[in-house]
Amino acid sequence: MKITRRTFGIAALATAGAMAAPSLMAAARPKVVIVGGGPGGATVARYLAKASKGDIDVTLIEPTRTYYTCFFSNLYLGGFRELQSIAHSYGRLASEYGINVVHDWATGVDRGKKMVALASGGMVPYDRLVVAPGIDFRYETVPGYGIESANKMPHAWKAGSQTELLKAQVENMREGGRYVMVAPPNPFRCPPGPYERVSMVAHILKRKNPTAKILIIDPKEKFSKQGLFQEGWATHYAGMIEWLPASIAGKIKRIDTDAMEIHTTDEVFKADVANVIPGQKAGHIATSAGLANDTGFCPIVPATMQSQMDENIYLVGDSTIAGDMPKSGFSANSQAKVAAMAIRASLTDSKLFPARFANTCWSLISTNDGVKVGAKYEATPEKIAKTSGFISKVGEDAELRKRTFEESVGWYEGISADIFG
Amino acid sequence: MRLIRVAITITGAGAGNIAALLCAGLFFLFVPPVMANTADAVRGQKIFKVCASCHQVGPKAKNSVGPHLNRIFGRRAGSVEGASYSTDLTRAGQTGLHWDLEHLNIYLENPRNLVSGTLMKFRGLKDPNDRADVIAYLRTFSDNPRDIPEAAPTATTTPHDPAVDPGILAIQGDPEFGEYLAGECVTCHQRSGDDQGIPSIVGWPVEVFVTAMHAYRAKSRTHPVMQMIAGPLNDDEIASLAVYFEKLSK
Repeated sequence: MKITRRTFGIAALATAGAMAAPSLMAAARPKVVIVGGGPGGATVARYLAKASKGDIDVTLIEPTRTYYTCFFSNLYLGGFRELQSIAHSYGRLASEYGINVVHDWATGVDRGKKMVALASGGMVPYDRLVVAPGIDFRYETVPGYGIESANKMPHAWKAGSQTELLKAQVENMREGGRYVMVAPPNPFRCPPGPYERVSMVAHILKRKNPTAKILIIDPKEKFSKQGLFQEGWATHYAGMIEWLPASIAGKIKRIDTDAMEIHTTDEVFKADVANVIPGQKAGHIATSAGLANDTGFCPIVPATMQSQMDENIYLVGDSTIAGDMPKSGFSANSQAKVAAMAIRASLTDSKLFPARFANTCWSLISTNDGVKVGAKYEATPEKIAKTSGFISKVGEDAELRKRTFEESVGWYEGISADIFG
Repeated sequence: MRLIRVAITITGAGAGNIAALLCAGLFFLFVPPVMANTADAVRGQKIFKVCASCHQVGPKAKNSVGPHLNRIFGRRAGSVEGASYSTDLTRAGQTGLHWDLEHLNIYLENPRNLVSGTLMKFRGLKDPNDRADVIAYLRTFSDNPRDIPEAAPTATTTPHDPAVDPGILAIQGDPEFGEYLAGECVTCHQRSGDDQGIPSIVGWPVEVFVTAMHAYRAKSRTHPVMQMIAGPLNDDEIASLAVYFEKLSK
């Protein structure tokens, strides 16, 4: 039987006066708690609340009042967007969709009792839990670098104050100085992100500090949209950007934040601005709840986004092992719709449809020079598997690149509305 | 009314001799481009009268309601200076639509097959031979050989027929399924109907939606993201999306 407010009312009447707490609990609206209000978590919350029309009690736990999207934060860095334009509040999720938005840190999950513990001391019970904490850093990939050095060498891989800091450092860099990016090893959030960022930094420096140089120290031998970025760098920023894969730069040995030096097995690189992006793993709460495996990320059931560790828990976004899907806001939003559909079907009599996933990542290389890569995916028993895809081509004409950029601006508006209402 | 009557008359006449029609079609497709300016183009000139109220072609042609059609072969859609175009057509051109035999044929069959929001309010030429003849006529105004990409007009052996089968248009979609599937659309196309950078698809009539999606699936529309999204959708899924978006109001 579908549990609705009406049937709950009848059940409550029938047992009025009786000390029937357990049966009352059973007849109450099912509770879904979502930890993390990024593109994954907020989309699950909104889709659940919207589709269930009040039949499901939705609580979203997110510590920040204002969420800055990682996507388009590079465009802020490059001067193409105002910071305010990538800032979102949770007001509409609360006022228009009836979601209980709790600004607190989830500090632990008691999977036996089905409760989430909050930093403020509160406990929130759930029937289904969605864990969408995004990423945390594997500082061991950059020895010498840690939480305490993030103001000296910003990572800016979680958008907001870190992005503002990095922008200020780039804009105030000494004339002819050197911006060094330590790129992250796979897998990491937003595969084209580091290279779009370098493009945006180059765009600023070309005007403000044209003799400045950019160096990328990369633990990888290749990267997303490589041909497109390298073509764009040659066209727009000739001689400014140098990319050194591990086979040339050596492996990262140590970061000296006081001396502003990056030591590799082969060389010492001196930086005026250092943007250190460490390796990544699932957000801490996912690990502490026992949802991650030894990769540091969380295995899921592809058809539903359920945790492989606990059938009452679902995972979406960057913290998951999503097969062929990259870690992106688009992917998280796509996975969230599958999770919301599966959660509803497990709690009410709504239909369970086959999972469908898609992703597209736009990147901006210079003014009106946008490129994109995208794919569609399906759930197989083993993983989320790519079925088809496309990528922008090198040598495309300016009009198409401009159109691609305009499209990305439209997409930003679309996905923001889809996430935050 | 005049447009309809003319189209019917021509279709009626053509239907009288199927063999002749086939010959005309094959002739158009396989003769060298310099030879195309013969009987077909002459017939095409007569058919072109239905186009002439909006489009000029020839030595003195200027833009009027629609753009002039000189040197249309190989031209990027929406690129004639001073002509007025819908946002949709301009965008289609920016993302790669060029006028070649295949795409002119699709467009003339029903302009909305190719560009949903086109300003060209024309029911279309339903007879493939009428289209072939008009195209042959237009080619006589792309007289510089460099303006006639050899590969495009001559390599296609069968004119691509984009018309969606009435049986497919009649499929009843499931709006609930459509709403779930729409999750994939609204990441870019806003449910509110806002149109910034990416077209609105809210409130589209089912027929327009289904026609568009089938054109992307057949890759006669060029946008790579939409080709990817439409590619794996089956007829029922397209119908379900269409019924969902038709009912969604701005």
